[in-house]
Amino acid sequence: MITINLAMAVVLAVLYSVGFYLLLQRSLMRILIGIVVLGHGANLLLQLAGGPPARAPVLGTALPEEFADPLPQALALTAIVITFALTTYLLALGYRSWVLTGRDEVQDDVEDRRVAERERPEGSMEEDAEGPDDEEDPGSAAASDRTDEPAEVSGSGAAR
Amino acid sequence: MSTLVTLPVLLPILGAALTVLAARSARTQRLIGIVVLAAVSVVAAVLLVAADRTGPVVAELGGWPAPVGIVLVADRLSALLLLISTVVTLAVLVYAIGQRISDYGRETASTTFHPIFLLLSTGVSLAYLTGDLFSLFVAFEIMLAASYVLITRRTNASRIRSGMTYVIISLTSSLLFLTTIALVYAATGTVNLADLAGRVAALPEGLRTLLSMLTIVTFGIKAAMVPLHFWLPDSYPNAPAPVTALFAGLLTKVGVYALLRTQTLVFPGTGPSAVLLVLAVLTMVVGALGALAQDDLNRLLSFLLVSHIGFMLFGLAVYDARGAAGTALYIVHHITVQATLFLVSGLITRRTGTVSIEAMGGLARRAPVLAVLFAIPALTLAGIPPTSGFVAKLALLQAGATGGAATAVVAGFVVLASLLTLYAMVRVWVRVFWGTEKEPLSDDDPTDELVVGTARASRPMYAATVALVAVSIAIAVAAGPLSAVTEKAGADLMARTPYVEAVLG
Repeated sequence: MITINLAMAVVLAVLYSVGFYLLLQRSLMRILIGIVVLGHGANLLLQLAGGPPARAPVLGTALPEEFADPLPQALALTAIVITFALTTYLLALGYRSWVLTGRDEVQDDVEDRRVAERERPEGSMEEDAEGPDDEEDPGSAAASDRTDEPAEVSGSGAAR
Repeated sequence: MSTLVTLPVLLPILGAALTVLAARSARTQRLIGIVVLAAVSVVAAVLLVAADRTGPVVAELGGWPAPVGIVLVADRLSALLLLISTVVTLAVLVYAIGQRISDYGRETASTTFHPIFLLLSTGVSLAYLTGDLFSLFVAFEIMLAASYVLITRRTNASRIRSGMTYVIISLTSSLLFLTTIALVYAATGTVNLADLAGRVAALPEGLRTLLSMLTIVTFGIKAAMVPLHFWLPDSYPNAPAPVTALFAGLLTKVGVYALLRTQTLVFPGTGPSAVLLVLAVLTMVVGALGALAQDDLNRLLSFLLVSHIGFMLFGLAVYDARGAAGTALYIVHHITVQATLFLVSGLITRRTGTVSIEAMGGLARRAPVLAVLFAIPALTLAGIPPTSGFVAKLALLQAGATGGAATAVVAGFVVLASLLTLYAMVRVWVRVFWGTEKEPLSDDDPTDELVVGTARASRPMYAATVALVAVSIAIAVAAGPLSAVTEKAGADLMARTPYVEAVLG
């Protein structure tokens, strides 16, 4: 079993907590950075799983104990490539989302929006100003046309 | 024999490369896709027979023996799931080709669809066959990266959100998986599953529980287990019908397979697992109740998918040979029937022009073939005898009845969730197929692949759907030999020695 030093444990704790905190934000950009930070945390943890720093593996001759464990390094390398590729994809997707909808905010869940619509009493429209205004642009209007919501809800959506 | 094990991974990935090269010829792309998947099906069938007769077939990659090298292992469970998954993938590919033909005319080639489709199949095959925790991560990444492209391809403003949700949730679970692998390696110094089976047992109990829970959360997200299921009904219905069918049939089940494999091989318990039993009940009931509240046909089916993940979790939670056998049989049945239902839903929405159940009606008179095609998988999903759903549920209920008082109670929930499924399906039937006939809605955007209401469905689409219905009937007909295989697979999973000995020698 491998134990790690305190400094690294603190760094890991910071990376993971910052990563998960950012993941819980509404802005897509922050979520993306959260994924990146979380990915760094996971890759660092993989590295540390190989034990304390030691001689570069494979290179030169030395006793087996003096070499660092090469496996976690190989694993981390693979993981870095994968997280890098997927981050790029997510970035492209985020840009596409911004082009299409004109904002980089993750909208409410479809079900949540339906429940919110049902609970709102007739005629109270001002609450909408605070929430993310999903119904403004034609894209979201098309979403409600796609019968995600019952007739009376999409009716009120069109009224706004 | 051992080279055969590598083929289900190699053939699709080479096929994907070839389809990129053949990007100018639609016909060549289709041919490559169908030939590759048909070949993998044959290989999987051979592997199943071999694994059933002589024990797990192992391939050591690069000639390095385990635990140093990476191994691919085809035992009864993985070969069986590989076979049924590839058959379903093949049928879905034929359906997708048919849909593209009727949408774009005959000569449209695509640079992305076929390569990505085959890559997805590569990832699924690798996930079933790998005997290495890190390769399992890579397999998931191949599979998920392909699925990200499929779900966000040709996306528009109304669907980009669900695509984003899907990608972000999947990435989060992947990073959690990576964390789990790091912790497992730090604790044991190996990522080979067979090697882990021995070494994890030596760890302190608290650490073992932590690692076990982390894998449950990681694979729970991928399998859409309640309370980690929220992303699924939100994202799956927003893809074209064949893509949704493929995702619903395979992706979540690969998560269940990973859960089944790790929980039995690496973190073996001694009796029914209370955590998993509670999760199974929640998943079954919440999913089924969610389905009852839906008006969108695809969302309804997605919630039923969540509900039936609970059935598979239940078999695992019972934690004996019968339970594992029940889960294996249930996965086989469910891959087929869930994919079929989404394909039929695709056919229905193309005819009615809407996904809203309320806006449909009287389809039984207008499209009797569609009615039959829907009725058979719907009854199968609900588990009416003599369908494959009944056979699979019977296996689970038997496991529950003999597993002790707690599992017997949960078996009651299995019956309840089955009744709720039946109710949801009857509700769909009454609204969609009976009642007054309604005019099909016109199609807003004919270039959109998620089209509802082109009213055109080509022959390959019907052929693929009929073929899958036939497969699910064949599962019911061959229930005897099939349960013989799954019972042995369940016994193997619990005994652990066949797998470990085959890998470590």
